[in-house]
Amino acid sequence: MSTRKSPALLIVVPLVLLASALFAQAPKLGKPISAADLSDWDINILPDGTGLPPGGGTPVDGARVYAAKCAVCHGPEGKGGANARLVGGEPIKNFESEKTIANFWPYSTTLFDYIRRAMPYRQPRSLTNEEVYALTAYILSLNKLIGEHDTMNAQTLPKVRMPNRDGFIVRFPDKTP
Amino acid sequence: MTPRDQAKRELESLTPVAGNGLLHRRAFLRGGAMLAGAMSAYRLVPSASAQKLADDPWSLAPGAAVPDYGVRSRFEKNVVRTLSNPKAEPRTQHARTPHHLLNGTFTPNSLHFVISHAGDPDIDPEKHRLVIHGLVKQPLVFTLDTLARYPMVSRMAFVECGGNSAPMFSNEPIQASIQALHGLVSCSEWTGVPLSTLLDEAGIDPKGKWIVAEGGDAPHLSRSVPLTKALDDAMIALYQNGERVMPGNGYPMRLLLPGWEGNMNIKWVRRIQVTDQPGMTFYEARTYAPILPNGKAYRFYFIQEVKSFITHPSPGLALSGPGFYEISGIAYSGNGRISKVMVSADGGRSWAQAALQAPVHSKAFTRFRLPWRWDGGPALLQSRAWDEAGNMQPSRSELVAARGQTTKVPAVTAFTSQHYNAIQSWSIERGGEVRNVYA
Ligand code: HEC
Repeated sequence: MSTRKSPALLIVVPLVLLASALFAQAPKLGKPISAADLSDWDINILPDGTGLPPGGGTPVDGARVYAAKCAVCHGPEGKGGANARLVGGEPIKNFESEKTIANFWPYSTTLFDYIRRAMPYRQPRSLTNEEVYALTAYILSLNKLIGEHDTMNAQTLPKVRMPNRDGFIVRFPDKTP
Repeated sequence: MTPRDQAKRELESLTPVAGNGLLHRRAFLRGGAMLAGAMSAYRLVPSASAQKLADDPWSLAPGAAVPDYGVRSRFEKNVVRTLSNPKAEPRTQHARTPHHLLNGTFTPNSLHFVISHAGDPDIDPEKHRLVIHGLVKQPLVFTLDTLARYPMVSRMAFVECGGNSAPMFSNEPIQASIQALHGLVSCSEWTGVPLSTLLDEAGIDPKGKWIVAEGGDAPHLSRSVPLTKALDDAMIALYQNGERVMPGNGYPMRLLLPGWEGNMNIKWVRRIQVTDQPGMTFYEARTYAPILPNGKAYRFYFIQEVKSFITHPSPGLALSGPGFYEISGIAYSGNGRISKVMVSADGGRSWAQAALQAPVHSKAFTRFRLPWRWDGGPALLQSRAWDEAGNMQPSRSELVAARGQTTKVPAVTAFTSQHYNAIQSWSIERGGEVRNVYA
């Protein structure tokens, strides 16, 4: 019995050494970054409103920005042009139905997040937070999802309930190993 | 008897293992090189007839200077991706892989499919940064140089657009090349730093359940990924088939999520935020949420499920007369390794097991091959794949029953729905032409 133990020990020791050597290899070269240095990139808005900045905007303000910066591609009053319409849409029947903000988007926060990160298409990140709130308010009001005079801000925007909020079947994690 | 005639005799004496001339997967191995010599070639251009051999100019003088960065032969110029938006108008651009003109299991970097929602950014690798923040103990920023000092891993992985094969949702089969039908999937060896190493370094808060990853491209494209996947086999990939990742595929670094929907594999990745909830970003809330026949839509359809298609022959790659061919194609699954591929030449009435090219990698292209004697008559070729998790590729009617099809024939470039992985049927016409059919 004792003769079988010592070779086993001999095997265990190098394995432990190897494991600690591997662990020591992670060089930990990430540099700490402060919230202030990160702020221009820290733009995710979560559906519960986490990440929404201070400020706000109304449909009236949004209409002005829209005419100047968005209408060229999305048409006057969001009716569509070279690119997608931002207003209207028949209820979704099947995958031949056109997905629109009003008939498909489940969360209002996505509108703020997407406009701020990606639009206008040729000058992304050129809008102020106030302008993004105003454009969000304008598009929601064109779709009659808020009133013509409602202000959108960090408190009001996440509360806007989108019509197709419950139109989804969540596949993850059922089909995920 | 010439060796070629002898080989033909041997092949002819082989009993088919399934209808319409499918031979045993090891028939060519048994017959060796002689049988291979009896093979017929697929046809892109009419082949010249045999003539007396003579030395050509390139054999009679030294050749050109060797270039510092290799370029393929000028005779291969037709092997290109097809572009959906070559003038870079303000909308998405797609470049599709020509599967019928390639063989093996890797996609050359220049032919890897690309979808860019606002062009390919021209990123200076010295200035690029990767930030990890959110629900972590210490937010961290990494440069490319620092990441290059981490322990790396290499792995094969396919990347497939969720909308690949969307033309197959058409109610009538669309006649187009395999490139147009299935060209939004490619496979590479990716090398980089496991994402878990970097997340561990930042220190994940127990409240963290998701990451939201973002690119440095103009749309700042962002997607949410469950933390379980981020800590499993996710990678910050720096190399693609040995060289730095191509600009269209995410230079200088991309998120690689083996087996998961292409759009989630964030290219030009610059920021990863650990969160307690998914971001419901534009692409997960709207674009990659396929609508079902009852009007509801799937959310978070992450996995690219088991799939296969025959590339040789396929539309665009005809047969040049009756005789012996190797049927070959690619199979892959986001759930692991391919375990089996069956091939039929009679529309699914009988099946023969194809040989799988070793090694078979998890979540990567597996090339399958099967010898076939085409008698010149009509044939209906199909392949069906299984993965090691036990999933079987569905028939088209099964898929369409669950997911729907169009009422009008859409444009071949339209993305009516996503995650199509059903069996592909090719009809072989009398002249050797190949057509997309539903069977
Ligand atoms: C140069 C043309 C152009 C301009 C100007 C433009 N957009 Fe867009 N917009 C696009 C394109 C292209 C897309 C689709 C992007 C994609 O799907 O990847 C889009 C998509 C959108 C969407 C998503 C629509 C949907 O339902 O899918 C919204 C919302 C949007 N833009 C808002 C705006 C706003 C607000 C402005 C003005 C600040 C603006 N856009 C300016 C081209 C433009």
